[in-house]
Amino acid sequence: MWTLIQIELFKIFRRPRTYIAFAAITGLIGIIQFGLKLDGDSYVEFMMRDINSSITVEGKILNGYQVCYIVLQILLVHVPLLIALVAADMISGEANMGTLRLMLTKPISRTRFLLAKFLATVAYTLLLLIWLAVMALFVNMLIFGTDDLFLMKSQYVVLLKENDIFWRYVWAFGFAALAMTTVASLGFLFSLFAENSIGPIVATMSVIIFFTILSTLNIPIFNAIKPFLFTTHMIGWKEFFDIRVNEANEAIVGSIQNPDRILRSAIVLVVHIVGFVTAAIWMFRKKDILS
Amino acid sequence: MQPIVNVTGLTKQFNNLTAVQDLSFSVYEGDVYGFLGQNGAGKSTTIRMLLSLIRPGSGKIEIFGRDLQHYRNEILTQVGAVIEKPDVYKYLSAYENLKLFARLSGIRATDTRLMEQLEQVGLAGRAKDTVKTFSQGMKQRLGIAIALVHDPKLIILDEPTNGLDPQGIADIRNLILHLSRDLKKTVIVSSHLLSEIEQVATRVLIIDKGKKIVEGSAQELFDPSQTLVALQTLNHTGAWQKLQNSKWSENLQQQRGMVILLKLDRDQIPQFHRDLVAMDIELVSLEPRHSLEDYFLQVTSGNQHVDTYTD
Amino acid sequence: MFRSISYFLVVVAGSLSLTVQAQDMTGLISKVKAKLDQVNDYEADGRMKTDVAFIKAPVGKVKVYYKKPNKFRLKKDGGISLLPRGGVSVNMNSIIATADFIALAAGEASVGGTKTKVVKLLPANESNDIVLTTMYIDEANLLVRKAVTTTKENGTYEIEMSYGQFSNYGLPDKVVFSFNTKDYKLPKGITLEFDDTEKELTEAEKIRNKKGRVEISYSNYVVNKGVPDSVFK
Repeated sequence: MWTLIQIELFKIFRRPRTYIAFAAITGLIGIIQFGLKLDGDSYVEFMMRDINSSITVEGKILNGYQVCYIVLQILLVHVPLLIALVAADMISGEANMGTLRLMLTKPISRTRFLLAKFLATVAYTLLLLIWLAVMALFVNMLIFGTDDLFLMKSQYVVLLKENDIFWRYVWAFGFAALAMTTVASLGFLFSLFAENSIGPIVATMSVIIFFTILSTLNIPIFNAIKPFLFTTHMIGWKEFFDIRVNEANEAIVGSIQNPDRILRSAIVLVVHIVGFVTAAIWMFRKKDILS
Repeated sequence: MQPIVNVTGLTKQFNNLTAVQDLSFSVYEGDVYGFLGQNGAGKSTTIRMLLSLIRPGSGKIEIFGRDLQHYRNEILTQVGAVIEKPDVYKYLSAYENLKLFARLSGIRATDTRLMEQLEQVGLAGRAKDTVKTFSQGMKQRLGIAIALVHDPKLIILDEPTNGLDPQGIADIRNLILHLSRDLKKTVIVSSHLLSEIEQVATRVLIIDKGKKIVEGSAQELFDPSQTLVALQTLNHTGAWQKLQNSKWSENLQQQRGMVILLKLDRDQIPQFHRDLVAMDIELVSLEPRHSLEDYFLQVTSGNQHVDTYTD
Repeated sequence: MFRSISYFLVVVAGSLSLTVQAQDMTGLISKVKAKLDQVNDYEADGRMKTDVAFIKAPVGKVKVYYKKPNKFRLKKDGGISLLPRGGVSVNMNSIIATADFIALAAGEASVGGTKTKVVKLLPANESNDIVLTTMYIDEANLLVRKAVTTTKENGTYEIEMSYGQFSNYGLPDKVVFSFNTKDYKLPKGITLEFDDTEKELTEAEKIRNKKGRVEISYSNYVVNKGVPDSVFK
């Protein structure tokens, strides 16, 4: 199995397409960094316009932690496209190239073959997120320094102390990995049904865009189905940046407002991943390879 | 002798299309088994079923005396294949492709072994180049190197000469002969060109529209003294009955519509003619086809040609 | 805001009392001022707590420095502080500059069980942002217990002080700054939140009605030991 995964990773990382995602993340974050470094004050001013009528926020708002949060907020909605680019190509790309039939005449069971491919996709997803973490968190910590993190939520604002942030990012990236793995498993499932990668990539993105819009729409009739959409749970990483307060309304350092909600979202995502992968294996085992 | 491949009652349907119907055949050790049929006759479907790429609708496939469905992995370690176009990873080099598939076949080939293999197909000089830059013929040779890298007992080549120039076709022919004669491998090779099969096959199976038309040794089928005779009568069912009960039953090949096919020695034809009259079979025409090629061309290349019998 | 709290004290104790034109309140205010005048400078550690319905912030540590006549500095070791807008933008400097108040007696009241004299301070200058300041002065101990200021632009806010160890210097142990907050709400489309927040709403409602409060508890006062001018820069 390890050999299979190694081979799949070797194939993934020998393809130019793989590096599009890494380059895209580097470029996008680079642009955001450049922009904020140059004109961060006006961005902060713009960001604060909604709150400045009530309170004044003093201090170094635009620090590395803040920039990382901004980057994640912008990017994590679009990273699924980069994941889909590779995940939705895993089977369909091989079918298109004509290598699938050759692979499957080798003495490897289809289940193992598919699992190895999926695990390689997950490895790619994780590496992409690690790269994202390096670029968005560590590089920004270097460029902008670290300080307290001031966040505006829809109902309230949160101020996290500098020493109470890093662990939240570690968990947030872990959660994001789970969310992106869900995207990867969906793309992976779709990649079974086509002999070119465009279809599955577009299908994966369409589902995510469609579900995300439903998740975002604040129309009561849709609220009932929101909990059942995996996209609703994909932004669960933000929950790590919400802090609990005690009776006196003092934030409790090291606490999370809704750990149960994170857990629930994580479970929903894991169920989706298991469901998508199981469905993929079930269908792939029966599939006639005609490519 | 135990057959290496034993197929019984193999059937596969795709939606409404019957690709393969009740196909049975056996391949023996050392055979170069020619699999002949037009494009769309069901050759590829059959070969893909032999390689477990397609699930049979019904029927049984045994390879090396074991059921393919249950011993797939054990069987496939001893099988090498080139299926249609020899597609490999274009962004990898010839060497990397070969190494990758060797590992997938369960062997950790040494560098020298891999280079030897490439040398054998004349690609040693291009080992480090990405396959993107290869010609069709070079890809084909790499495909064969991949099929052979794990030293399989059974080699399956599906239309190996497709898209090759005359030199490439000759190379493949020589390779098949080399595999069979020198390395004592069993080879199944499919083609829609009789000329290719004729020159290498020891046994031949001809299929059309998913059905077996004829199976036999090449010697027998390609024997110029052996003639296929197409018989048309006023009452073909009656005629088939009568022939089955006669001494000619062994020569009967099959009934296609209103046509009855028999395999006869050229010298036997006058006697056969006399017996038809004696048996009171109302003869319309008796057409001797003097070679397998003629016959194959009829059943495969020209459907209309065959249909004229059924008019 | 800290600036304003301290300036308040400075104002009360310092220049303000000298120019108060009112009847018998002038004496009381000069006494308060005289008491505060013992302090030439001080520094202290503070524990700052922000209690606003829509703010979730941890308790922060601050350090405060004061030097006569009106130098005040609140320092945080880095970090971000959330301060009520009114508290900071009320410009005490202008009060000091004009220093033109009318002090009126307004009876007596009890603040936290302590009997106090109520003094209303009215700025003589119309252009001043402060409309009215009411002070609750503990006459026996010469301590300002509470001050309520109404401004034109930033609403009304209230400062309550409790004293302990350093009450003889007129330095409070704890200052509570209360103010009215405006509603805070951002569309979820902007904050990119998807989840239904029904539960949160009730919780938010529960605390919404509260007034905003900022509380600073002081400890480790170091009084009259000298504070270098450099800290105020």
